[in-house]
Amino acid sequence: MRSAVVLFPGSNRDHDMVKALHSVTGVKPTVVWHQDASLPDVDLIVLPGGFSYGDYLRCGAIAARSPAMLDVARKAKAGVRVLGVCNGFQILTEAGLLPGALMRNAHLRFVCKEVKLEVTNNTTDFTRAYARGEVIRCPVAHHDGNYFADPETLGRLEGEGRVAFRYAEGTNPNGSINDIAGILNEAGNVLGMMPHPENLIEALHGGLDGRGLFESVVQAVAA
Amino acid sequence: MKVRVTITLKAGVLDPQGKAIEGALRGLGFAGIDGARQGKIIDLSLAETNPDKARTAVADMCDKLLANTVIENYDIAILG
Repeated sequence: MRSAVVLFPGSNRDHDMVKALHSVTGVKPTVVWHQDASLPDVDLIVLPGGFSYGDYLRCGAIAARSPAMLDVARKAKAGVRVLGVCNGFQILTEAGLLPGALMRNAHLRFVCKEVKLEVTNNTTDFTRAYARGEVIRCPVAHHDGNYFADPETLGRLEGEGRVAFRYAEGTNPNGSINDIAGILNEAGNVLGMMPHPENLIEALHGGLDGRGLFESVVQAVAA
Repeated sequence: MKVRVTITLKAGVLDPQGKAIEGALRGLGFAGIDGARQGKIIDLSLAETNPDKARTAVADMCDKLLANTVIENYDIAILG
């Protein structure tokens, strides 16, 4: 499986993501600079975490208008799988590839800890290696992860099974509406999530719970 | 031409920063505060001299970048 990681000025979780993709897929991903107007043909494009453009204006707002993101939008429309983690999720909402917005955490504090995630939908290209309702461990580290969508959008997300991950009961770290931790686009090929699955990949991390997400994509590509 | 864009959160969107400001003002002893909402102001200097054209151009800037219309409203004022 071929993958690419888009690097923005201020990305800082790109190394972890590259290592995770290399470890699970066996192939080192291509790192693409945000000014590159054309991405290589890959099976998965990843927007990593960090603080692109110092979170100026709004988190992800300026990165979402970069030349590379125009090509990400084109490729997403053509069916290429796109994963955005943390700042990557913020960039995807700002680019209009996912609905809603990520607001300042309700308690106003930066949160850096491990949470429990419920796999709400395990029939997606990103979650098929997990069991439905399975609860996995996953770290979060963000200041703006409070997912918001208007009632109509929220109803569609819930009704169409587009909530991939939810913070398990009592672990919502940011005030996210309906405990939403990760959502899919309508076609199911774009996933955005605040938690960092790339940080539970090796036994040394203290767990392998994040591997399932990347293994799911490998399975989906092979299917 | 100077144009001022004022960006505010839509009604109904939780504003935790506004809440914190409200709490801090109460803590300082200011009475009678029914609410505080935080927004931002962006001042633009444009080569355009026609106010209508400037307004149209800035609205486009707001829709494409300056505001996130999922959660924010914007107001455009021509300062002259």
